[in-house]
Amino acid sequence: MIDGAPAVDIRDLRFAYRAGREVLRIDALTIPRASRVFLHGPSGSGKTTLLGVIAGVLAPTAGSIHVLGQNPAELPSSRRDAFRGVYLGYLFQLFNLIPWLSVTENIALPCRLHAARAARLGDTSIDDAARQLATDLGLGDMLDTPVTELSVGQQQRVAAARALIGSPELVIADEPTSALDADRRDQFLELLFAQCTRANATLLFVSHDLALGSRFDQVLSLPDLNLAAGS
Amino acid sequence: MLTLSLALRSLRNRRLTTLLTIASIALSVSLLVGVETVRRGIRESFAGTIRGTDLIVGARGGSQQLLLSSIFGLGAPAGTLSWDTYQRWAAHPAVKWTIPISLGDSYYGHRVVGTTAAFFEYYRFRNDGRVQVATGSAMSSDHDVVVGSDVASRLRIALGDSIALTHGLRGTGIMDHTEHPFVVSGILAPTYTPIDRSLFTTLEGIEAMHEGWNNGIPPMSQLAMPGAEPPPMPGADAPPATQADDGAMARDDVMPGDQGVDTLAAAADTAAVAPDIHDGHDHALTAFLLGTKNRFESLRLQREMNTDTDEALTAILPAVALTELWHTIGYAEDGARIITGAVLLVGLLGMMVALYSTLQERRREMAILRSLGAGPGRIAALLVLESGLLSLVGAVTGFALVYGLMAVGQGLAERHFGVYIPITAPGKVEWLYLVGVVAAGVLVGLVPAWRAYRNTLQDGLTIRL
Repeated sequence: MIDGAPAVDIRDLRFAYRAGREVLRIDALTIPRASRVFLHGPSGSGKTTLLGVIAGVLAPTAGSIHVLGQNPAELPSSRRDAFRGVYLGYLFQLFNLIPWLSVTENIALPCRLHAARAARLGDTSIDDAARQLATDLGLGDMLDTPVTELSVGQQQRVAAARALIGSPELVIADEPTSALDADRRDQFLELLFAQCTRANATLLFVSHDLALGSRFDQVLSLPDLNLAAGS
Repeated sequence: MLTLSLALRSLRNRRLTTLLTIASIALSVSLLVGVETVRRGIRESFAGTIRGTDLIVGARGGSQQLLLSSIFGLGAPAGTLSWDTYQRWAAHPAVKWTIPISLGDSYYGHRVVGTTAAFFEYYRFRNDGRVQVATGSAMSSDHDVVVGSDVASRLRIALGDSIALTHGLRGTGIMDHTEHPFVVSGILAPTYTPIDRSLFTTLEGIEAMHEGWNNGIPPMSQLAMPGAEPPPMPGADAPPATQADDGAMARDDVMPGDQGVDTLAAAADTAAVAPDIHDGHDHALTAFLLGTKNRFESLRLQREMNTDTDEALTAILPAVALTELWHTIGYAEDGARIITGAVLLVGLLGMMVALYSTLQERRREMAILRSLGAGPGRIAALLVLESGLLSLVGAVTGFALVYGLMAVGQGLAERHFGVYIPITAPGKVEWLYLVGVVAAGVLVGLVPAWRAYRNTLQDGLTIRL
């Protein structure tokens, strides 16, 4: 990771699952540090693929991508996984949690998997950090509740806490509010923004719900960016 | 360590499947180890049937036949040897002691062994065990009979009972020696060897019982007696209720024209009642056991006897003959081993299926772990660890089960089957099984792990439901 580098910097990116069938074709995309970026993309616009490339799970077919100044394609696969584990937070649309772990265990998991992520907590212990985040996100009274007993909104908050523990540089959220009703969605966004600000993290928020865009620093439209979309 | 705790938590989450998988592995391991232990117990019991005897000598014949007839009370001896021959070898300078054995009579299917006091002095079984009289005393007169513990308890024979022995090795009936009844002078302590199922008399008793018999035919006076009265049963007019079947069966055996399973035995009986076994005024022996002054002389003595020209003899080394016999019947244990091995294989495959079938529902879990920076290798390791843990816990439980059962069933096996199964610390074979089962479990876990690895690479961060 390079300190001054943009959170995401894409140049002439091409990606195809099968030769000849391009899914992504993005000439340039830069996401500055500590910004909140809304990426609008209807289904089929290649957003899950783009997120996979940014997270370092998919390797670009051509072109370059730098995440926090690091090109994931240049790292061996184990380092690439570790890089994601240490510097990134990832939020899924639904079913974010490991069903057989408790709330705090789910939140603490990134720090348990990667010592470097735990080191980012400073003097705070992993348990304390997990508990603090859970409390901040209004989950203080369900620390040891089995996650299967939580409501969808509560589950998404646990997932947010897990994405934010250890103050990652970049938080990627893949439609995390699509299963929530309007009230809970707004509440969730407020909490997410507050925690990202506190952690000084860049937030890349993907959704097909354009109405949310006004709350972000920058709104990007994936169909506009991705020249391969719809072709 | 994290992978281990994740594996444990994941297994705990699927409690029922986990328990069932462990149970199936535990059962197959306990079967495997149990068969091995019982096999060893039987083998040791078997090998311990006779100890301390250097040579078993009988009429010329097969070594297995000699061993089976003289020690195990099975089948008929090949023939007899003369008293003179016995005397000659007993006086051989290399010979320290001898035990003469005369067979040919029975009591409700139990063999009667004519012998001398030397039997009690020199016969050894298992670990230097001696044949001991539990109640009463060893036979001294030609009307005394000493009864093995099994015979005594099965036929409810008590000290002082008067019994009539039967000519031939099976059945009761017209060939009973009613004119020469025996009195039970002693009952032996249990030895858990064929001795328990035998009766012992003096050589003189055997001879006196056959006084007047000719070519295995009873004297005319006895044949003239009406009917085929069963011999007097001790303490009751009819055979005791629990022995009614035995008695009935035994009587059936001598029914003329009785075919089927008894044909072989009947043929054997005929051989045993072959002419001149009990006739003449000399004792006719079936076999004798001997101990040498110097064990190293056994082989030389054996050769000397086997090449004796005066009377054709067969001398065998008990240990060698026992090993040969064990190898002959060893096919059965190979079969048991193959079956238990197959059972274990089924158990392991069951575990593989159980793990494999969870993969689909766990794809989400894998994608989550992947988003948190766990590599595909770690996810595969999680599954291998799960199968390793399942087989380890299963194997240890299986061992515990076997040892628990042995602690409970040891006495039972000894009482009912005459098999003493020693409880020993797990030996090399058991540790090998333990390691082998866990290794096989890990190996089997590689299959779902490989599938998970492939899924993980393929799915990336896509959550498939």
